[in-house]
Amino acid sequence: MAEFLYLLRPHLTLSRWRGRKSTALGGGQWRQTSWVRKYRWRMANGRAALLTAKARKECLLPTGLSENSQNRSDPVFCMMRGTTTVTKESEKRVRKQKKGAAVPPQQSHSSVHFDIHDHRILDADGCLVGRLPECAKQPDQLIALYRIMVKTRLFDEKAIALQRRGQLGTYASSLGQEAIGAAIGTVMADDDVLFPAYREYAAQFLRGVTMADILLYWGGNEQGMNFKGQRHDFPICVPIAGQAPHAVGTAYAMKLCDEKRVAVCVIGDGGTSKGDFCEAINAAGTWALPIVFIVNNNGWAISMPRKRQTGAETLAQKAIAAGFPGEQVDGNDVIALTDRIDQALHKARMGIGPTLIEALTYRLCDHTTADDASRYRSGQEVKEQWHYEPIKRLRTYLNEIDCWSESDEQELLASCHDEVEQAVSCYLNTPPQPPESMFDYLYQSLPAALEEQRASVVQWSKGNE
Amino acid sequence: MSEVTLVDAVNMALAAEMAADPSVVVLGEDVGVNGGVFRATAGLQQRFGPQRVLDTPLSETLIAGMSIGLAAEGLKPVAEIQFMGFVYSTMDQMINHAARLRNRTRGRLSCPMVLRAPFGGGIHAPEHHSESTEALFAHIPGLRVVIPSSPGRAYGLLLAAIRDPDPVIFLEPKRVYRLVKQEVADNGEALPLDVCFLLREGTDVTLVSWGAMIHEIMTAADQLAASGISAEVIDVATIKPLDMNTILDSVAKTGRCVIVHEAARTCGVGAEIAAQLAERGLMSLFAPVERVTGYDAIIPLFNLEKEYMPSVGRIVAAVKRTLEG
Ligand SMILES: Cc1ncc(C[n+]2csc(CCOP(=O)(O)OP(=O)(O)O)c2C)c(N)n1
Ligand SMILES: [Mg+2]
Repeated sequence: MAEFLYLLRPHLTLSRWRGRKSTALGGGQWRQTSWVRKYRWRMANGRAALLTAKARKECLLPTGLSENSQNRSDPVFCMMRGTTTVTKESEKRVRKQKKGAAVPPQQSHSSVHFDIHDHRILDADGCLVGRLPECAKQPDQLIALYRIMVKTRLFDEKAIALQRRGQLGTYASSLGQEAIGAAIGTVMADDDVLFPAYREYAAQFLRGVTMADILLYWGGNEQGMNFKGQRHDFPICVPIAGQAPHAVGTAYAMKLCDEKRVAVCVIGDGGTSKGDFCEAINAAGTWALPIVFIVNNNGWAISMPRKRQTGAETLAQKAIAAGFPGEQVDGNDVIALTDRIDQALHKARMGIGPTLIEALTYRLCDHTTADDASRYRSGQEVKEQWHYEPIKRLRTYLNEIDCWSESDEQELLASCHDEVEQAVSCYLNTPPQPPESMFDYLYQSLPAALEEQRASVVQWSKGNE
Repeated sequence: MSEVTLVDAVNMALAAEMAADPSVVVLGEDVGVNGGVFRATAGLQQRFGPQRVLDTPLSETLIAGMSIGLAAEGLKPVAEIQFMGFVYSTMDQMINHAARLRNRTRGRLSCPMVLRAPFGGGIHAPEHHSESTEALFAHIPGLRVVIPSSPGRAYGLLLAAIRDPDPVIFLEPKRVYRLVKQEVADNGEALPLDVCFLLREGTDVTLVSWGAMIHEIMTAADQLAASGISAEVIDVATIKPLDMNTILDSVAKTGRCVIVHEAARTCGVGAEIAAQLAERGLMSLFAPVERVTGYDAIIPLFNLEKEYMPSVGRIVAAVKRTLEG
């Protein structure tokens, strides 16, 4: 319980810990660092880590889920999971180089140890391997997660069909990655702000973006970014990683205004190689901002497999260097994701700081409709990965606990189908904007110098001189 | 000799130069195994190996920055940026470093690199995939900016760009990638880097453009010819440094000039050409110089991109205005 309290109210409980441990520490050794570092940091003079492995585990793992209970035979995990312990050898090196030269304390020759924990509650076969968290305990909660994933998948299939028929432009599918958006959208609060990349449709739908909005966007109409039902989230971000620094700014504003809101930034595995991302996590850690980074590690960045994207064993560990916790979650396990994101949001809201969640999933689709993935990855790999996709496992579980019947399934499919068809007809019946609208949102009001150009657009669009 | 598209010609030039010069390396996102998102580097990794055809992590800053380091070591990097919309994070490297390395070190180090990127609209691409921002680079001393408009010029100019001892921004009009086929001899012959190409002789007006818009001005020239107006057509091709002499000579003959570009109007390369015409060719002009350009608006998503880009109709109308005066 003490550790749990500590998680929620660090300042309060910290002082208690400090009181208890101060003699052992020789007093005054606590620093203003984030909570995980406090556990992990080893002081220059060789004092052992302060807290026990038990305390560590309870902070990093969902309640009741022991490390051993996680099934590690899953290839997604074997391929990309890492339980890494890295010992920084800087202490020895600094000593060697400086031969007794005094090292200022702020450059302490400390060694940093870290573990990247991974989380799973529902395995690929639909078996519970952990305890159901509060946010997904009730059948209704599980069914809601299931519904949004199914809806997103049907939407996706339809969008691809439209593209193939020439009724939509290039489209980026979220096939196989629906759990990430579903989890995010389920646990974010309304006034949190989402900074999506481009495969988070499920989250966007839950947050009030409509399917027609998304179709309009990929259909070449800017109105698709003017979400009528969601006024503060950022739009899809095509320039990779550009959204990460925005999320930092928004999180900073939230902190500045002392609001209990959180910025949620989603980025792909490839995106973590961009400076924008590295700079954003660094700043987020520096200021302990209310921000959650979610990395959709779908194994590929177009043709680049994850293991050639970075030498780091996990993407989660990038957070460690930025000064805040990172963890891996089975990105096809919507329950574990919901739980971990919920906890990360909670931490951020309580002022404890950022978290990075690396969601391990797989891009079952081509990169976009403009891509042909068979040029660079084997069909066999894709076929195998279908076993781990997120929807089937939850359905299996729901069936198992007698919360979902075949008729429920048929009803859901029919209602999603209707909803998607309605969105498609809304999209197809939305007239293009007037050509001169290209000037309407450049500035708050049109500068006089541009009036002539706007008039020219009107003139030429009418087909006369 | 075979008939090839512009993107094939880029591929041919890369292969030819890699075969001829072992110091040439190709790098970028998805250029190796995948052969580039537009297939411009298809087959190169199989042929020249993953050491020389390098799939990089997703980082444009890295791609540009490491090219500078490679170039300073005597290699000839040809870097690909997937779309012009993503070159902006290379700009610190290109402007602060690539363009200045020779100058800063008084010639001790140099930067013979090529930064290739497809640019321009007209292919129904998603957001950030259609811009034409060549003027941003043309503004920078120390950089060359080259834009081919046909398979033959793509081949010859890319060879020249790779062989050039200084950094070259090589922009490929992606709408033309597969638009036309042309016989191109794979003979390793480079074209000159700082001359304009005279595509068609005429007497009444000079049409000046580059990139995909060349196809619009050629069509406009055909239409004008049908109504008895003889247009001379110039493909600038080397935007920076700019061969003003060819344009001035032509305008001395025709007395009229219409400059066409897809990029936004204000501070576009057309403004530079018009300014130089005013400085050095004013006395040969019978009418004010006309510009037909993209608007000073963000290029719309593809529903409206056609309305944004200069059309044949707008070009013809501009020519007629110069003839009215
Ligand atoms: C800055 C930038 N560079 C290149 C691209 C072209 N591009 C689009 S998606 C992509 C790969 C992204 O991979 P990842 O971050 O793993 O996301 P995923 O598509 O797998 O979800 C690339 C290189 C881009 N959109 N933006
Ligand atoms: Mg990816």
